[in-house]
Amino acid sequence: MSEVITDSFALVGRQMRHIKRMPEQLIGLTILPVAFVVVFGYLFGSAMKVPGGQSYQEYIMAGIFAQVMLSTISTTAVGVAGDLSNGIVDRFRSLPISRTSVLLGRTMSDATLCTWSCAVMAVVGYGIGWRAHEGVLKTLAAFALLVLMGFTLSWFGALLGLVLRSPETVSAMSSIIVMPLAFLSNAFIPLDGLPYWLRTIAEWNPLSTVVSACRELFGNGTGATSDALPAQYPIPGAILLLGLMLAIFIPLASRAYQKAAAAR
Amino acid sequence: MTEPAVSAEGLSKKYGDFQALQDVNLSVPAGTVLGLLGPNGAGKTTTVRILATLLTPDAGQATVAGQDVLRKPAEVRKRIGLTGQYAAVDARLTGRENIELIGVLLHLGRKAAKVRAAELLEQFELTDAADKLAKNYSGGMRRRLDLAASLVSRPPVLFLDEPTTGLDLTSRMTLWRMVKEQVDSGVTVLLTTQYLEEADQLANRVAVIDKGRLIAEGTPDELKRRVGGDRLEVSVTDTSDLAVVTTALASLSAEQPTVDQDSRTASIALSGGIKAIASISAELEAAGVEPLDFAVRRSSMDDVFLALTGHSSAASDDGDPQQQDLNANEKEAQSV
Repeated sequence: MSEVITDSFALVGRQMRHIKRMPEQLIGLTILPVAFVVVFGYLFGSAMKVPGGQSYQEYIMAGIFAQVMLSTISTTAVGVAGDLSNGIVDRFRSLPISRTSVLLGRTMSDATLCTWSCAVMAVVGYGIGWRAHEGVLKTLAAFALLVLMGFTLSWFGALLGLVLRSPETVSAMSSIIVMPLAFLSNAFIPLDGLPYWLRTIAEWNPLSTVVSACRELFGNGTGATSDALPAQYPIPGAILLLGLMLAIFIPLASRAYQKAAAAR
Repeated sequence: MTEPAVSAEGLSKKYGDFQALQDVNLSVPAGTVLGLLGPNGAGKTTTVRILATLLTPDAGQATVAGQDVLRKPAEVRKRIGLTGQYAAVDARLTGRENIELIGVLLHLGRKAAKVRAAELLEQFELTDAADKLAKNYSGGMRRRLDLAASLVSRPPVLFLDEPTTGLDLTSRMTLWRMVKEQVDSGVTVLLTTQYLEEADQLANRVAVIDKGRLIAEGTPDELKRRVGGDRLEVSVTDTSDLAVVTTALASLSAEQPTVDQDSRTASIALSGGIKAIASISAELEAAGVEPLDFAVRRSSMDDVFLALTGHSSAASDDGDPQQQDLNANEKEAQSV
């Protein structure tokens, strides 16, 4: 077990070196979240009204945080597919190291990048008037939940990269997956106005649950009243859903890694 | 004597309908080099991937360094080095970081990993470029780094999958020298290649694979002998002299000399060594024929390949398609 940790950290070190070598990647991880906060929070916020009378800036921030976490899917998937096509996965698989550590190294470092994105967004959010009202602990808990979500989605991305194999297919597919996840949720809009069936889907979207949980922890108001289970108990719901997803994605991705072969 | 370092029995693998490998048997004695020779898609990489525990065969069994590939893959991984078809190096790390990372993953400890990296970089003549990013390396340097990365744990068995494909001659020769150094230090090597010359240079024994089946095995010399050994080839300026040459050559063997009117060249299998060459030379001089070219041509591995598979190796793209057809016909005629 301790070897898995040492190996994973060695591989996290590899990823961090990549960032150092390609600062443009870090710029992407910084500019995109900032742009989201400015566009959705500031520009749209000037025209939006949220039921319950609170400010849209307060309402939207949890949604933006979560939406940016979604991009981890493609970050990880593209990275894994890249390692696959240039033979690095073969090299690692031919070494006597556990297959979990290779994927864990990747997902941990991508989760670390999530932390960075969250920090940047929190600062810009503060600038446009977003505040957390529930104290330091609950605020940190919300960020921890967001990073856990990033970590979970990173495992999903790893699975996607290993299954789709070519980096080109991966980037095309991940945007197709991310779009409905992001917009069929309560991230940007209150769900009250949606038709019943659509609303049910959106309420059970894990992203909605995480967003609701963060709103509660930030004290930003959930903006909606709903009797759906995940909406009523967003914090345990989010932890449960993410745990369930991890329990599915980790074994699936490990299995895919064991059989992984580059696209021919 | 001792058991072979690599042995495989009845390996088969299908991808959908495509039979990538069918009933392949291999044996590589410890400390020797087996060259697995074949064109693209012949099943070379599939074989290596199975032996390196990356792929499960549909049928068959294999042992590497005394360990069962299917039952004890983790033990096999401790004893092998793999250099794949692409130089599997991380382009965004330096050469040194690449090797150190492998060392750390092999649990050498950071300090020992650093020492081992410096040692390997020196050995593979990469010390000057050690702290440059691998993406700025030339093709040959990447391959060397890749080879170095596969040797961090000093594995007794090394798999090289087309180690020099795409390299220029100088880089290839450097890499060959480095592989030979490994063999000299006792490492067993299984090497796949489409370059006949590479098999000839490096391998003690060659197994020829085509369409997933092994079609021949032997030392490079044995295989060459099988397709006819050395030939004496004489070409002349005037067509009229060709008849004289042909008659002279015919005296060397019961076989009729092969005559090519277009290039005014006649050739025959050489059995009498230097004396035969001298007698032909004297005969031509007496007849007043001044040859344009007078040469002993050793049959190359290319000839071996053509004769065995009926098509040229994929790597030698200067092969005359007409000649390939001819050989295909010959093969058919033989098999009838």
